[in-house]
Amino acid sequence: MQIDLRTVSITPLRQTFDTVAKRLGGDKPASRYQEGTWDVQAKANYHYRPTWDPAHLQFDETRTAIKMKDWYTFKDPRQFYYGSWTQSRARLQETAESDFEFVESRGLASNLPANIRKLALEIYAPLRHVEWGANMNNASICAYGFGTAITAPAEFQAMDRLGSAQYLSRVGLLLGGTDDLAAAKEAWLKDAKWQDLRRYVEDSFVVQDWFELYVAQNLVLDGLMFPLLFRRVDDFLTSQAGPTVAMLTRFQAEWFVDSSKWVDATVKTASAESTENKAQLEAWTKAYAERAVKALTPIVAHALGDAAGAAIDEAITQFKARCAKAGLSV
Amino acid sequence: MSTVFIAFQNTDEVRGIVEAIMEDNPHAVIDMQPGMVKINANARLVIKRASVEEKLGRDFDLQEMHVHLVTLSGNIDEDDDEFVLAWKH
Repeated sequence: MQIDLRTVSITPLRQTFDTVAKRLGGDKPASRYQEGTWDVQAKANYHYRPTWDPAHLQFDETRTAIKMKDWYTFKDPRQFYYGSWTQSRARLQETAESDFEFVESRGLASNLPANIRKLALEIYAPLRHVEWGANMNNASICAYGFGTAITAPAEFQAMDRLGSAQYLSRVGLLLGGTDDLAAAKEAWLKDAKWQDLRRYVEDSFVVQDWFELYVAQNLVLDGLMFPLLFRRVDDFLTSQAGPTVAMLTRFQAEWFVDSSKWVDATVKTASAESTENKAQLEAWTKAYAERAVKALTPIVAHALGDAAGAAIDEAITQFKARCAKAGLSV
Repeated sequence: MSTVFIAFQNTDEVRGIVEAIMEDNPHAVIDMQPGMVKINANARLVIKRASVEEKLGRDFDLQEMHVHLVTLSGNIDEDDDEFVLAWKH
C-alpha cells in the first residue's frame, strides 16, 4: 500500500473583524492590540443620557477641549492590551520582588547609615499618597475619556500607580515600620514642604477636562517628579550609602521610562492634529509646569540641599526637550 | 544574483517581524505556506532590530528570532542591531 502525504492549506474565511479590517485597509491578520483596541468603545445607540451629567452622552467627545477627527489616531507604542500589559508588569514585578528579597535577606536596610535611612523615609514614604492620587487621576481619565486607544492604557496606568504606591509602602515598612508610614501621612498632611505638592495633587482631583488632567498628571507632574525624586535623589542616596535604596525604587525608575513612551506618543498625536490642540496643550503644560516646579522644589531641596537648584534646572531643561520632541514649545 | 531566504513559523509575533522585514526590504517577496511564512529576496535580506522593536512595541533581541525560525539560506552577518543574509562570493 502506498500512502501519499499531501499538504492541505486551510485558510480562514476571514482574518479579522470587519471594523478592524476597515482600519487595516483590507482583511489582513491583525495584532491582538489592534483587535482589542480599535473601535471597541460604543459610539452610538446610547439609550439614555447619564442622570449624573445630562449635558453629555455616556461616552462624549466634548468632555475635553482637545478635538480629534478620529480618537483612534492615538497609539500606544507599547501596544498594551490586557495580556501584553500583564506580561510586561509581571516582569517588572519579578525584578522588584527579587530586589526586595535581596535587600531583606542581606539585612541591607539595617546597615544603612541612620541619616540616609531617615532621608529615604522622609522622601519616599509620603510619595505613596502622590502615587495614589495618580491612580485616581488615571482612573478618571479612563472613565471620562473617549476611545479605547486612550482609555485602556489610562486604566493600565492607573493600576501601575497603585502598584507603585504599594511598593513605596513596602519601602517604608522595610526601612522603618508602620510608625514611619503614619509619620509620612502626618508629613503629607501638615509638613510645610509637602503642602504645595499636596495642593497640586488634590486640585487635580477636581479637574473636569480629562485631557487637561492627563497633561497635569502624566506629562507635567510625572515628567518632573520622576527624574528628580527617582533619579537625582536616588543617585544622591547611592553616592552616600550604596545602592540599597535605589534597588527598592527601581520599579518606579524603570516604569517611568516605559510609561513615558506612551505619554510622549499621546501628546505628540494630539498636538499634531491641529494648531488649536497644540496651543491648548502648551497653555496647560506651561501653567502646570510652573506649579509642579514650585511644589517639588522644597522636597528636592530637603534631599539635595545646595545641589537642589542645579538639579531642578536640569530637570526643567530635560522636560522642555521632551516636550519639544512631542511638538510642544514650552 | 542568487536568492536568499528566511522562513518563520506563522505566529502572532512573527507577523510583526515579517512586517518589519518587508518595510526594510522592498525587493523581498512573501511566500505564504501552510503554517509557515517564507521570505525570498534577491541577493540580500536585512532584519533590523529597531524596526522589529517598533512593530512589536517592545525591546527585541535579534536572537529571539530563532524561536520562530524554520530555515534560512545565505551567509549570515549579524550583530546586535542587524541580521543580514547575503551570498558573499
